[in-house]
Amino acid sequence: MTLDVLPVGQAARIIAVHWDSLVSEEARRLQALGLEEGASVKVSHRGVLGGADPIAITVGRMIVAVRRVHAAAMQVEAL
Amino acid sequence: MSRQRKVALVGNPNAGKSALFNALTGARQKIANYPGVTVERKSGRLVLPTGEPVEMTDLPGAYGLDPTSPDEAVTSKVIRGEFAGEAAPDVLVVVLDASNLEQHLVFAQEILALGKPTVIALNMVDLAERDGLVLDAAVLAEELGVPVIPTVAVRRRGLADLGEAISNAGARHAGPGLTDLTPTERRVAAHAMAGAAILSESKRHRLHARLDRLFLHPWLGPLILLALLFVVFQAVFAWATPFADALEAGVGALHDGARAALPAGLLRDLLTEGVIAGVGSVVVFLPQIVILFAFILAMEASGYMARAAFLMDRMMATVGLSGRSFIPLLSSFACAIPGIMATRSITDPKDRLTTILIAPMMTCSARLPVYAVIIAAFIPNRDVGGGVGLQGLVLLTLYLAGIVGAMAVALVLRRSITKGAASGFIMELPKYQLPQLKDLAIGLWQRAWIFLRRAGTIIFMVTVVLWVLLNFPQAKPGESQVDVSIAGKVANGLAVVVEPIGFNRDMALALIPAMAAREVAVSSLATTYAVAAGDDDEAAQATELGDQLRHRWTLPMALAFLAWFVFAPQCMSTIAVTRRETNGWKWPSFMLAYLFGLAYVAAGATYWLAVWAGL
Repeated sequence: MTLDVLPVGQAARIIAVHWDSLVSEEARRLQALGLEEGASVKVSHRGVLGGADPIAITVGRMIVAVRRVHAAAMQVEAL
Repeated sequence: MSRQRKVALVGNPNAGKSALFNALTGARQKIANYPGVTVERKSGRLVLPTGEPVEMTDLPGAYGLDPTSPDEAVTSKVIRGEFAGEAAPDVLVVVLDASNLEQHLVFAQEILALGKPTVIALNMVDLAERDGLVLDAAVLAEELGVPVIPTVAVRRRGLADLGEAISNAGARHAGPGLTDLTPTERRVAAHAMAGAAILSESKRHRLHARLDRLFLHPWLGPLILLALLFVVFQAVFAWATPFADALEAGVGALHDGARAALPAGLLRDLLTEGVIAGVGSVVVFLPQIVILFAFILAMEASGYMARAAFLMDRMMATVGLSGRSFIPLLSSFACAIPGIMATRSITDPKDRLTTILIAPMMTCSARLPVYAVIIAAFIPNRDVGGGVGLQGLVLLTLYLAGIVGAMAVALVLRRSITKGAASGFIMELPKYQLPQLKDLAIGLWQRAWIFLRRAGTIIFMVTVVLWVLLNFPQAKPGESQVDVSIAGKVANGLAVVVEPIGFNRDMALALIPAMAAREVAVSSLATTYAVAAGDDDEAAQATELGDQLRHRWTLPMALAFLAWFVFAPQCMSTIAVTRRETNGWKWPSFMLAYLFGLAYVAAGATYWLAVWAGL
């Protein structure tokens, strides 16, 4: 399962990230915000006005907003 | 040592760096740009407890030394002493958010690995306590090998201790095990250190989650934002009026005073008609700008701004921008100048450039006087049903035309000139906080000062040049000054160009002084039609000008004039700011060309459509 389809509120762990599919600055920014392999995450909010973008992800003690493309690059396993 | 030591604050965004900087240096701050880039350099003076004065700079927030944005690049270079024209700081103060150690310790380790004299400020310990975290600073100091001082910037807690630690900070060696770590290894170490430093933790983060459930709600969230924007607009246009009126009266008094005190002549005219009237017409926007920034700063300090960006991201994404462009564009409704300055927070350079280029299309407050006079003169005050007036409807249409135009241009630019990697949206949503009055006051003062300084320099120069163009060569008795002036001659040439879009020569002439500030078009038309009414009787002047306009213009001409002002870059200050923010004449020239092109096409289309429709 990838992070973009993880149900809201479901705790999960990132097990793999397709860094190559991301723009390098964005990949580094995601990593700097703790969105990388091994991180425990939870989707807190998804979408506005019926859309599926953007996604607010709780990682550690932070909430990070990303787009669906970023979340789709992250393989997660539900905890 | 004779040279003043330099101290730099570094840390992740949202570490409370600015609040700490404000608490340490007070209001005596200097804001400038780092040479060659448009990243803000904030510095101030701080006297350490030992009596030693030091220069303190607040470096832009960064997540790491490997930069992913222009801001981070500056921070990284300055810390390493690689920034030309900027001495390397002697002491680094790493600011950590005490309630988010696992994240902030990652960057701290990277800084410590540099081996420079370093002190750690464990900031916002009060908020950590509110979140139920009890921390032991001594454990952190042990782990990191540098002093760790708990601070609460807003209550001035720990500031003296921090000052002491800064004066004692000496050369140190990067401890083994700090250098050559990968980011992932640093994160693992950060978790371990945070775990050791956190003595106890009780789950009490309910407040933030609850606020987010409301503000980020997929349907309620946008509604709340819309309501908030309505209040902001209402405030900008209604609350500012008495202050703007007072300023206008002040400018008028200064104008009259100078006229009375100085002997008649060119110098007096330059001072009163050129400088005071020109600069004054821009300075009257100060109240609007201050009110707008009060809201923006409060929204930023409270953490809501990031939520607004989240809510707007999807809409902005449809034209190739991201939620980060929302704030600059919002500011541009008051004035494009602060809007363009606010684009500095956009990390992606192409996103930022696109936002700068479309910002002038947001209907700024300077267009309102022009719209108001023309609409009042030509659009009948009729109810079109449901209590909606035709005049208001036309005004709304003009606003919407600007927004739709801007979105269309953004879409085209992102597929052509500013094409590039898909602009993403990655943004930390900070914790909610109550904005501190002192920080708001300092921020407001700085924004107001930047605006006034610009009015005193760029806008001053532009108005003087325009005045010269309008007053030379001097008219002989019996001749009209505007007709013989250089500007008048230019207007004659311009009239030929704008004739196909329905403009007459008077309209062409009004466009020239409007380059200084759009609303001057109104007073210029009034001068041209020699409207006799005192300055203090604006209502009568407007009515009379309206009569004159109705007499001399047709409805299609008036509509074309309105359409022109929706798009035309009628404001040299905006162009000057764009030059500064993009470091060159390339983009401001492009902006001028495409906006004039759009204005020409829009005015022409409006004119001929209206003629064809028999209006």
